[in-house]
Amino acid sequence: MTNNRSWIPYLLILPSVAFLALLFIVPLVQTIWLAFSDNGLPSSANAQRMMADINFTRSIKNTFLLTIAVVPVQLAIALAMGTMVAKVGRGRETILWVWTIPLGISDLAAGLVWLSILQNSGYFNSLLLGLGVIERQASWLSYQTPVALFFAIAVAEIWRGTAIVMVIIVAGLNQVPKEFKEAAEIFGAGPWTRFWRITLPLIRPALQSALILRTVLAFEVFAVVYALGGRNFPVLVGEAYNWQNQNQNYGVAAAYAVLIMIISLAATLIYLKAIKVDPERLP
Amino acid sequence: MKRLMSLGIVASTVLAFASPVLAQTVFVSTQLRPIEEATIVREELLQDVGDVDYVVEEPPQFAVRMEAERQAGTRTVSLVGALHGELSPLADRDSLEPLDELAKKLAAGGMPQSLLDLGKLGKSTQQYIPWMQATYVMAAKKEALQYLPAGADVNTLTYDQLIEWGKKMQEATGQPQIGFPAGPKGLMARYFQGYFYPSFTGGVVRTFQSSDAAAAWEQLKALWAYVNPNSTNYDFMQEPLAAGEVMVAWDHVARLKNAISAAPDDYVVFPAPAGPKGRGYMPVVAGLAIPKGAPDKDGATKIIEHLAAPDVQLLTASRVGFFPTLNVKLPEDLDPGVALLAGAVTATQASKDALISLLPVGLGDKGGEFNKVYMDSFQRIVLQNEPVADVLKAQGQTLAKLMTDTKAPCWAPDAKSDGPCPVE
Repeated sequence: MTNNRSWIPYLLILPSVAFLALLFIVPLVQTIWLAFSDNGLPSSANAQRMMADINFTRSIKNTFLLTIAVVPVQLAIALAMGTMVAKVGRGRETILWVWTIPLGISDLAAGLVWLSILQNSGYFNSLLLGLGVIERQASWLSYQTPVALFFAIAVAEIWRGTAIVMVIIVAGLNQVPKEFKEAAEIFGAGPWTRFWRITLPLIRPALQSALILRTVLAFEVFAVVYALGGRNFPVLVGEAYNWQNQNQNYGVAAAYAVLIMIISLAATLIYLKAIKVDPERLP
Repeated sequence: MKRLMSLGIVASTVLAFASPVLAQTVFVSTQLRPIEEATIVREELLQDVGDVDYVVEEPPQFAVRMEAERQAGTRTVSLVGALHGELSPLADRDSLEPLDELAKKLAAGGMPQSLLDLGKLGKSTQQYIPWMQATYVMAAKKEALQYLPAGADVNTLTYDQLIEWGKKMQEATGQPQIGFPAGPKGLMARYFQGYFYPSFTGGVVRTFQSSDAAAAWEQLKALWAYVNPNSTNYDFMQEPLAAGEVMVAWDHVARLKNAISAAPDDYVVFPAPAGPKGRGYMPVVAGLAIPKGAPDKDGATKIIEHLAAPDVQLLTASRVGFFPTLNVKLPEDLDPGVALLAGAVTATQASKDALISLLPVGLGDKGGEFNKVYMDSFQRIVLQNEPVADVLKAQGQTLAKLMTDTKAPCWAPDAKSDGPCPVE
């Protein structure tokens, strides 16, 4: 009887596979073809055009710098927030709710929030002016202040993206059995030892998911940068957008899209290798 | 009960889908997109011309939609309203209905022939009817006038005087006070194509890497010392002007209008400065065209005639700040802000050294890459301080390739060319 029904699992996942194929694989193949063809023939002209562009090296550099600066900070903050909230009894839900507010705001809105703070006539300048720290409005987001601009974008990204890391880590922390910690405490392990030796290894799967998700999203950073930096801080997705939307050259835009995909895939593979998760702990 | 309810749901669904389709003329426009302006179009400008569905579309989406409808062979759009440069790719694919009879009628009704000729987009038949026009001007806060260099008149400003003015303002206020819309959505590329290059070199494409151009970029670097560095973030100059971040700005009239209309007594509006070769200026023309295979050609023709009527053109000017394409006198009771802008436009057109520079034609969908040549040169020379000659040579090659690829012949102020416009 069971032998006759071996096809049922396949039938059940068929709709989702078809759905993915239709809405993911087909556009993916189309994009790759668009990137590596010219007038219907295979060609590397688009890739060459992309690499020769004045913003190409800058956009790669900026994207990687931002990812390197933002992701570890977000992870550290999220871990700290997660462990802090684990000790809280009453009001835990409310604290978590407040912390996840940035999750509900769109990227662009988040960028605009920070723009209203950091632009010349923004809140930050008004505050400094009021306190007498500066004599006249300083600009923080111009091409003449690359460090301040980078810092502003990083802060905005950290503000916006930490919540999702925290949600994943809190979920991971919830799965750590209390017995381990209690046993460790009995054997005299301090809080740091417990954190390093018990909590961290046990939340590896959560850490892995959080890191993959955040890193891929960091490589795809766009709206916050667009709102705060405009032309001054080119990033990969921003360049893809410019080539598609302003320059109306879909080939070069597709080349950027393929490049971003390759970088994201590579990052994911590195994480999968670097943070090994025991097979029995996989879902 | 349950059955009755489901029956009701079915019945209402059927009714919703079966209600008679109204015979509407679909009018898609890339202009007058903001909700306030679109409402004015729907409720005031398109009154009494039958049932019109006025739909607004961002320029890139507009291009995609028109191309998709052309490829599919089913048109839903009967009338399009878009800029000269946005209609040009449609004409290149031969997807616009010729409008010669209408053009003849409007020429008799007082539409200037030079403007109508623009609507031919370089073809033998009329591709679109000029709908409304605008241009770019400079605006200054009145308090900036006290720093004008001695003997300078804002209406006949030169680049040397503008630099001097910027210097004085910076010395007095401690901050750079000139602004340009060089942000991601700003129209800075038009400044180079319509103002900077014509004023200094007398051309746009041919003279791209000439010695005049090299000298011009040096001049711009000198000017940029007094330009607010936030300019590379500005899209519309009305905001930094109103917020007091800059005192003097150059931009499209429609992108200055809100600041000036809100406080017309605080501003002066005047033509862009003149360089050694004259006072370059670029008229912007929005046109109305009928796509080939339009479902309601007659309705569309009626709407064009309506929008080109003198009273509707004047209404358009006073309500949305785009100027008539007809030779009509603007009314006395015009919005004071619009009147200021109109004054600057007239002053530009009437100035003795005015040098008309047309919007690029014949570039098809390469208009964006054409802009990029100028913006990249700007970024490299002015912002990144690269050697002028090297940048002009490299960008000149890109430009030359673009012209050969698109086979676009020269347009004013460049001298006419046989075949693609050369970069000399």
